[in-house]
This record gives sequence, C-alpha cells and structure tokens, in this order.
Amino acid sequence: MSVVELQGELGGAVRADPRRRPRSATARGPRRGWHRWISPLVVVLLWQIASATGLLPARLLAAPSQIAATAFDLVRTGTLPTAIAVSLERVLLGFAAGAVAGIGLALIAGLSRTGENAVDPIMQMLRALPFFGLIPLFILWFGIGETPKVLLVALAVSFPLYLNTFAGIRGVDGKLAEVARTLRLGRAALVRHIVLPGALPQTLVGLRQSLGVAWLALIVAEQVNADAGLGFMINDAREFLRTDVIVVGLLVYSALGLLTDALVRLLERRALVWRREFLSR
Amino acid sequence: MAARVPVPLNGTANAPVNDTPNGTVNGTEGGTAGAQPQDAVRPAATATGTAAATVRGLTRRFGDRTVLDGLDLTIGRGEFVALLGRSGSGKSTLLRALAGLDEDVEGALEVDGEVAVAFQEPRLVPWKRVRDNLTLGLTAPDPAGRAEAALAEVGLSERAQAWPLTLSGGEAQRASLARALVREPGLLLLDEPFSALDALTRITMHRLVLDLWAAHGPAVLLVTHDVDEALLLADRILVLDGGRVAHEWTVATPRPRHRDHPDLLTLRAALLTALGVTPEGPA
Repeated sequence: MSVVELQGELGGAVRADPRRRPRSATARGPRRGWHRWISPLVVVLLWQIASATGLLPARLLAAPSQIAATAFDLVRTGTLPTAIAVSLERVLLGFAAGAVAGIGLALIAGLSRTGENAVDPIMQMLRALPFFGLIPLFILWFGIGETPKVLLVALAVSFPLYLNTFAGIRGVDGKLAEVARTLRLGRAALVRHIVLPGALPQTLVGLRQSLGVAWLALIVAEQVNADAGLGFMINDAREFLRTDVIVVGLLVYSALGLLTDALVRLLERRALVWRREFLSR
Repeated sequence: MAARVPVPLNGTANAPVNDTPNGTVNGTEGGTAGAQPQDAVRPAATATGTAAATVRGLTRRFGDRTVLDGLDLTIGRGEFVALLGRSGSGKSTLLRALAGLDEDVEGALEVDGEVAVAFQEPRLVPWKRVRDNLTLGLTAPDPAGRAEAALAEVGLSERAQAWPLTLSGGEAQRASLARALVREPGLLLLDEPFSALDALTRITMHRLVLDLWAAHGPAVLLVTHDVDEALLLADRILVLDGGRVAHEWTVATPRPRHRDHPDLLTLRAALLTALGVTPEGPA
C-alpha cells in the first residue's frame, strides 16, 4: 500500500462511535497477560539465530543484538537524540500550523452556510490531491530547507482535522440546538456550550488520524534532501549499508507514533469524561 | 394577513381570560364533568385578567398539507391544559410554535412570561453535569442556588454532579423538569414527557408534576397520547382535529383524582369517541 493510499484512507472522516473504542483503551483488559509476548519473542529469537548462523546477512538485516548495541551507541554519542529533536521540531511546527488551519477552516465552514460555500468545495478538491506528489513543487517554491518539510506535515495534518471537525460540527444533535433555543441561549453561547463540545469527539478522531499522518508526512519529507533528523540518519545509513541504524530509525519512528497516539488517548479520556463513565458502567 | 407576533418576554396586557376561547363544544359532549369555572381546586392564581398564552388564527402548512388551520386558544394563568389528538393532528406543531421553535407559523401568538419546555426525550446536554444543565442560559441571580433548590424539589440533589448519560430514564426526565422549572416560567410546555417511562415511574412523575405545578403555579400545556393522563392531571382537555381545537372539556373533579371516579369514566368515554376510538365496555 502506498503512502498516498494510506493517507487517503486516514483522511476520510470516520464517524466517532463511542462503542467503537478498542477495549485496550481502558488499559485494564484481561488480555494483557504474559502469553501475548511469546510469539514476538520467538520471532526475535529466530531472527537472532538466523543472523548468527549467517542465514540472514547483516547487509540485508542486522541481528537484533547488533541493533540493540547500535541503538545504545547512537544514544551515547548523541546522534539519535539530536536527530529525534530535529524531527520532533518539524512535526510539532507542522502539526501546530496544520491544526490551526484545519480546525480554523472547519469552524468557518461549519458555523455558517456562507463559510461552507466558500471553504468546503476548495477543501474537498484539495483533499483529492495526492499531496506527497507536491514535493517537487514544494522544492521549487520553498527550496530544500525546513519550510517544505514543515509545510508538508502541516498540509497532511490539516485535512483529517478539517474533515472531522466539520463533520463533528454538522453532526451536533439538532434537538440539543432546539433545547438551546428554548433556554434562550444566544448564538455565541450556543456555539460555546453546544456546538463545540458536541463536535469535540469527532475532532479528537481527526486529531488521532492527523498525528498518524503527520509522522508519515515527516518520513516522506525527510527522505528527500534532508541534512539532519531521523530521515537523514536513515538515508545516511543506507549509503553505508548500515541496516542496524536503519532499523533503529524505524523503531524510533514507531515509538514516537505510539507516544503521540497515547497522548491523544489521554486527552480523550480527560475531555470525554462524560462519555467514559457511561461506557464503563 | 395576521402578523406573526414574536413571543414577548414579559407582561403585555392581553385579552381577558375566556373559558371558552373559541366558542366550540365546551362541556356539551356528555356534559359530564360540568363546565364549572376552573380552579375551584387549586391555589394558583388564575383569571386575573391576563392569559398565560393567547393564540389567534394560528396556521401552519407543510407543503400542501395544512396542519394547523386558524387555531385559536387561550390558556389562563396557572391553568393546566391537556392537549389530545390523533397522530398528525398538529399537537406537537402547536407546542413547537408556542415554544418559539417554529419560524414558519402564521397568526398571532402571545405568551406572558417565560416559556419552558420539557421534551419527550429529556434532551439533557450530555457533556454538562446535571446541575450545569439547569444553570445553562439561566440569567436569574444565584443560578447555582436556584439549581440546587430545583434539584431538591424533584428529588435529584444527590445526582447534581452526575453526568446525564448515567441517569435512569426517570431521573433524566426529572432533571429535564427541573431545568424547565428553575426558570420560573409563566408557561410550561410538556411534550409527551412521560410516554417513554415505565408505568410505575409514570405514576410517580404524575404526582411530581402536580406538586411542582401547585408550588410554582405556571400554566401548563401537556401534549399527550394518554387519555388517562389527561384526565388525572388537567383542568381542561382539548382535542385537536382538522387543525383546530375541535372539542373541549373542563374537568372539575377535585385532585388527587382516581381514574375510577364516575365523572372521569364518563368523560373518558366521550374523549375516546372524540378521538375516533370506540370505548370498550359499558361506560
């Protein structure tokens, strides 16, 4: 599956169904037993044996023990922390810009018909654009510095947030809006007390999607003309056939992705506490 | 032609209360409960010369279908009116018009004081705790204190901090009533608020509504499908048909009422006939 396909999938607005939440999110399921670790450990063990016997040459894939040693080395020399810091900064900047743009446009489109007519057609068209294909243009426009990388992340982030927040605003229960009218809430109060909190679950779905896409966009952007960061470290390692460094880089990408996902889940648990108590009954 | 009058927030001088506002068959159907002056029973002030709500020539069309056709209705201050009618007879349309939720009605509509609504589904805002649901949009001084008092009245004090989704059906409906009453409305609109509750809870809720009504004295318009509910609760029962108030009875039976009261049994038969249902067995 290409990154573009994957992005398209993630970019679609998925309805936030409270019941769709995986059980593991509650972090106390009975299925967290030790026996879940057996098969991964067996695979690593087989991998180690294959490497040690020469069945799997280090040129193709380094041994797990070698990867661990390299990871330790990269941390000790400061190479890995520096690379992570550079990549993290790109993601954070890009994410912040994309989030402001995506949510801002969703508010404009969601809260008025005029706004919807102005914003939504353009967003729907841009959404169809395979924006990793924009990289050549970005290089022409912004050079090969930080700007195109950050912008690519921002662009990738803005769509899931726009689509989900917009859908969230429009999906707010009309019956609650009627209640607000009978309670004589003004428009500002309606937006603040009913519309925005009502759209929040769907926005959080968008947030999770967008963080996933953010890392994806970063990886792609860093494959192209990077001179620092995780992508640069990986590309550099390829030149020297250092598969151990490449695998370390990939593992770090995954770990960072899992970390940001956990952060969103934490945010969800705090922000949607009114729903959680209901679900855990 | 009749201009649509926006519902005013506060007292305007209205036409005097008239027991038979639209001159239809008041008390003639069976003539059982008698067309006595209302309010022999209840402490709440009525007939003070001002109506809680006055509706004149209310018309509402949905495409080609005319649901309300020049409807006239006056609800006296503190009067408890039940509105019956077959499905599609326009009961909910009338209620929505009175609640200010329908922009497309024609005719004159005037309400004295605040209007509050309790809907069939409690419609609590799920991301606000029960108490915050009550204070939402509440402009009166000391909203928190008033909310607590209202919750105490409906017996929900200990659930003030609960999330609405954790309430039972009856609790949620009580919270919805409290949210309506905390505004001290002049007119309380109840849109089949008990129909989704189990039979036992419904009995409790009937008592609660009567208590609250006696304590606060708002005019009540109760839209219901339940003939017995109307008989147990209302001062006056209207049957909507053909887009107008087609039948009207004053119920003078003292409260608390028992459904086997002979007056109510006779009136029940008349009501069912008016609703197009053949009453079962001897009345």
